[in-house]
Amino acid sequence: MAAVTLLEATGLNKNFGGLQAVNDAELRIGGGEIRAIIGPNGAGKTTLVSLVSGRLRPTEGKIAFKGEDITRLRAWDRVARGIVYTYQVTSIYNNLTCYENVALAAQRRLMGGLLQRLVLGEQRIAERVEVALSRVGLTGSMGRQAGELPYGHQRLLEVAVSLALEPELLILDEPTQGLARDEISDFCELVRMISQQATILLIEHNMSVVLELAHMITVMDKGEVIAEGTPAEIEADDGVQRAYLGRDAAP
Amino acid sequence: MRQRPSGKILALHAGIIVVLLVAQLFLPPYHHTNLARIMVFASFAVGYNVLMGYTGLLSLGHAMFFAAGVYGAGLTVFHLHFGAIEAFGAGVLSGLALATAIGLVALRTTGVSFLIVTLMFAQAAFLTTLHFNQITGGDQGLVISSELASLRIGSFEFSFADPAVKYNAALLLFAVSFAVSMALVYSPVGRVLIAIRENEARTRMLGYNTYKYKLLSMIISGAISGAAGAMYALLFSYVGSTFASIQYSIFPLLWTLVGGVGTLMGPILGTGLMFYVVDVSSGLTHSHLIVVGIVLVVLVLWFPRGIVGTVRERWFPWLP
Repeated sequence: MAAVTLLEATGLNKNFGGLQAVNDAELRIGGGEIRAIIGPNGAGKTTLVSLVSGRLRPTEGKIAFKGEDITRLRAWDRVARGIVYTYQVTSIYNNLTCYENVALAAQRRLMGGLLQRLVLGEQRIAERVEVALSRVGLTGSMGRQAGELPYGHQRLLEVAVSLALEPELLILDEPTQGLARDEISDFCELVRMISQQATILLIEHNMSVVLELAHMITVMDKGEVIAEGTPAEIEADDGVQRAYLGRDAAP
Repeated sequence: MRQRPSGKILALHAGIIVVLLVAQLFLPPYHHTNLARIMVFASFAVGYNVLMGYTGLLSLGHAMFFAAGVYGAGLTVFHLHFGAIEAFGAGVLSGLALATAIGLVALRTTGVSFLIVTLMFAQAAFLTTLHFNQITGGDQGLVISSELASLRIGSFEFSFADPAVKYNAALLLFAVSFAVSMALVYSPVGRVLIAIRENEARTRMLGYNTYKYKLLSMIISGAISGAAGAMYALLFSYVGSTFASIQYSIFPLLWTLVGGVGTLMGPILGTGLMFYVVDVSSGLTHSHLIVVGIVLVVLVLWFPRGIVGTVRERWFPWLP
């Protein structure tokens, strides 16, 4: 599956004061892959992807994207290179319309120099907004305020915003959290469709979603990567069973 | 907030300019002069609103940008005998340069710290104008009318003592500031500024270096404020350190709040209303600030989002 390595993180550490949230983690993701990161709460999953997206800076370690060292790059420069993060807690602009939400992302892709930013044609932005909204099925809500949408639609809007940024690596942080069962299956379909154009890094608690979508699974516990493999390998792995079952079995 | 200004919105805002243009034919001299002053101050509020209303940055130091314009124009006329256009340009540039310098430092802070930092810089600027009173005239100020030559364009000669010149120069300034702020709000850059106001962290994760955008907003805001200050000095031929005092930082905040933060028409309505509330009440009583206070309380109760903001929320959501 993974022909070329898209993302390579080595020796990643992140300390918050005395807490070691990520401990010497390695992550290697191939182009076109759907990678899931699983692990108990507090395992450091969100911290790890925040290091990848540039929301946080690593205490130690190196991150390379398409062979280029991006460790020192700020979040916005990583977005420009195609690393896009969607929030765990829906973080759309509630007071703006769906159109405006997606337009912000779409124009980011179109904007070159400052002069261009001032004269950029709205028509070209509008075309991209329409494409992104139609891919998630929200074309009809274009003029509505984002905050008025039902929760499931807000999540879809969040995805549409990410799509308009034309990601090469799309990071989805617990995308199915709070969604109803039928919404989840639609969401999986959407992720599969997106994965035809982008590599996907998925943090997910719902194991049926993980097993259905992921090509490869990375398991984290207490800040460390404890296992990595195909869904079949992970299901059979003793260490993973212990990490999960041990925790579940505790009173 | 629509994706682009519709014909309705353009017509409404152009209508305001037309009303102001026609009004000078009917207004009695007293109100004629008042309105000229209001339009200059409203331009200051328009500049302030770019930063506060559309970028979400609350500054308590805008007097320094207005004063930079006042002194940039006034001192070049008084000491260097600049013509009106050159002096106006010097005023705008002073506001712009000061905003750039202050922005580079102050924008490293946000929220309350930003407010305090801008306040401190403005106080420093105020004290500077007093310290160099040999040049600035300190709090006594300087009258520049005798130094300012009439403006000649072709065979026309415009004297700044002429009320019609005052009025139309003020209107021109207001119309340009108004148009600039409208164009900005509807541009892709304006969209990013509004996004910063709504959620800066999210905007960074959409790939925007928000610091650069905030700096740009500050520069535009400072330049418009400087232009207003320069025009004030030229039209009313007085420069003085009052314009750098904290009062002149609070005024644009108040005018914008009363009119409606983050609305295009708010600044002119808020400035006009507050000007006349002060004007009328000070004619009635010496304790006119009581009246001003009551009016403000009523406005906060009935129009919590300012006049235009509340009108937009209740009746006309399409207003920009």
